[in-house]
Amino acid sequence: MGQVVLKGINKFFDGMHAVKDVNLQIRDKEFMVFVGPSGCGKTTTLRMIAGLEAISSGDISIDGNVVNNLAPMDRDIAMVFQNYALYPHMSVYDNMAFGLKMRKFEKPEIDKRVLEAADILGIGELLKRRPRQLSGGQRQRVALGRAIVRHPRVFLFDEPLSNLDAKLRVQMRVELKKLHLRLGTTAIYVTHDQVEAMTLGDRVVVMREGVVQQVGEPLELYNQPANKFVAGFIGSPAMNFAVVTVTEANGSLIAENSGLRIKLPDETARRLRGHIGREVMLGVRPEDLTVAGSVDLGHPCFDAVIEVVEQLGSEILLDMKVGESIMVASVEPTVSVRVGDKLRVAMRPTRLHVFDAQTEAAI
Amino acid sequence: MAISAVSDTTLHEAPPPRRQRLLEDERWLAFVLLVPTIVLLGMFIAYPFIQGILLSVTSSRVGMRGDFVGLANFYKIFNDGIFRTAVYNTFLYTGVTTVFKLALGLWLAMLLNRNFRGKAFTRAFILLPFIIPTVLSTFAWKWMFDPTFSVLNWLLYHLGLITGRINWLGDPDLAMISIIIVNIWRGVPFFAISLLAGLQTISPELNEAAAIDGAKPWQRFWHITWPLLLPVTMVVMLFSVIQTFADFQIVYVMTGGGPANATHLFATYAYQIGIGTGLLSEGAAISLAMFPVLFLVVVIQLLYIRRVEVR
Repeated sequence: MGQVVLKGINKFFDGMHAVKDVNLQIRDKEFMVFVGPSGCGKTTTLRMIAGLEAISSGDISIDGNVVNNLAPMDRDIAMVFQNYALYPHMSVYDNMAFGLKMRKFEKPEIDKRVLEAADILGIGELLKRRPRQLSGGQRQRVALGRAIVRHPRVFLFDEPLSNLDAKLRVQMRVELKKLHLRLGTTAIYVTHDQVEAMTLGDRVVVMREGVVQQVGEPLELYNQPANKFVAGFIGSPAMNFAVVTVTEANGSLIAENSGLRIKLPDETARRLRGHIGREVMLGVRPEDLTVAGSVDLGHPCFDAVIEVVEQLGSEILLDMKVGESIMVASVEPTVSVRVGDKLRVAMRPTRLHVFDAQTEAAI
Repeated sequence: MAISAVSDTTLHEAPPPRRQRLLEDERWLAFVLLVPTIVLLGMFIAYPFIQGILLSVTSSRVGMRGDFVGLANFYKIFNDGIFRTAVYNTFLYTGVTTVFKLALGLWLAMLLNRNFRGKAFTRAFILLPFIIPTVLSTFAWKWMFDPTFSVLNWLLYHLGLITGRINWLGDPDLAMISIIIVNIWRGVPFFAISLLAGLQTISPELNEAAAIDGAKPWQRFWHITWPLLLPVTMVVMLFSVIQTFADFQIVYVMTGGGPANATHLFATYAYQIGIGTGLLSEGAAISLAMFPVLFLVVVIQLLYIRRVEVR
């Protein structure tokens, strides 16, 4: 079992309110990812769960027991640190065995568990080496090994992949996912990388300035972001935003600003009935913009001038000037365009997002 | 490519003056850079050292050149009771003070490594005994141990712990204890600050990882902090042992080697014989008697440090 519940968690650092009233239920066997920009309170929250940081107010419970006042060692958790935190003066074997030795396990049991973990992680050859004789990826595995030999109720990961190069990061990401499927232990994972969050998480918590913005499955965050921040944070390249004024003409709703005038599709229009005459924030993802052709007749369209063409091979990113603002579109690699071209761009009508211009909450 | 080719030819067309070309040669450059160090070491270390050796095998006195006498001076001092006391004292003094300095310095370093208000100020303050000229601070201590004016006696008397005066510097054992206390007081800051610097190179994450791994505070100290601090500790010990072994100022000011030559160390006894009595060659022999011990200490500790570092 490994159910973690956070109830009204707050953290103050020297008068700074770092974590604000976080309420969260992390289910047993779940892979929960905390994501957000640096300084959003995600690592602090993780450290509070670990017991490395005191809680200013609120309750943290693991499997129903409040652990607020338990020392880290008594919480039955294991943590993987950003810099691995391997003991430099111990061999790989001793690094992994340390936690078991401290907990007075019998030697044969320690041996069995360390070899088993080393086997899972493919580091059986390295057991006699010292951390500094290992590459970044190998150190990462040892750090993982040190966590899994303990068979804890919860794994805590503090940006474990951020020190690896891009290629290795992708590889380790896949391995982490496999490892979680194999061990089935609850995992709480902190990252600032939204791709890691989307690919690893069963559910994702998006945080900003100490406040939880949204909790949900990856696709839920992508498709129905709760506010402009989540919409902009999840997805790459980031969602395009435009402040528009909603007006009514001939029974349909029009959204317009200096460079944009589109007829809103019915579904969106229904949500904006109450906002006629007001400003709202329109959001559309780069992948939901297409170069307008015959198929898109009837879709909301606007004119744009191409400023930059970024060839990625599998897609093309177009940086376009739309009125005063810049929008990015991700289009098929077959589209042939050049800088300075004028284009008619269509939006997928079902994929329009609207946010309140003041509160930034989704409408 | 074209640009670099052009600049290459310009380089070849205008060769630097001969002197500069000599410095381009790494062997010459190395030699030139080493010269100041060689001169300084030669003048202030090698020359006096060799002179000391030469002096110790003659019968020189102040104002008298003397003749070669072989190892007679050494033979004489090894049969000298005061010299033996000085040897015993030096080992005792070095041993006891080093243990206390290490223990107290480490304790202080661990305290200072925590976060608290006025941290920077306290750290600077701790260094005071180290900064004040030793002779000056030792004079202050001498007053504190003075039989008549001793503030220590006053304190102990008013706390009701003693009824009569303690003659700190008049009793051989108490005098030894007194100079040991002063040396510890003076040496702890060096240990504390150096070990603090060492502690700060140890990532706090290691202690956190160990805490999660189930290590209790003293286990974290023993399994994580201590082994990682060991190289720094050894270097600090090396410096301290050498300095303490050859210490002069504290004993000279506090007791002058007394009472009845009971607190002499190598250095003070060498000074007394060589300069005080004018038996230069014998004083040199006493000084040199320190050398093998110090040499051994340096070799052992450097070997140990190397072993710790490669692992």
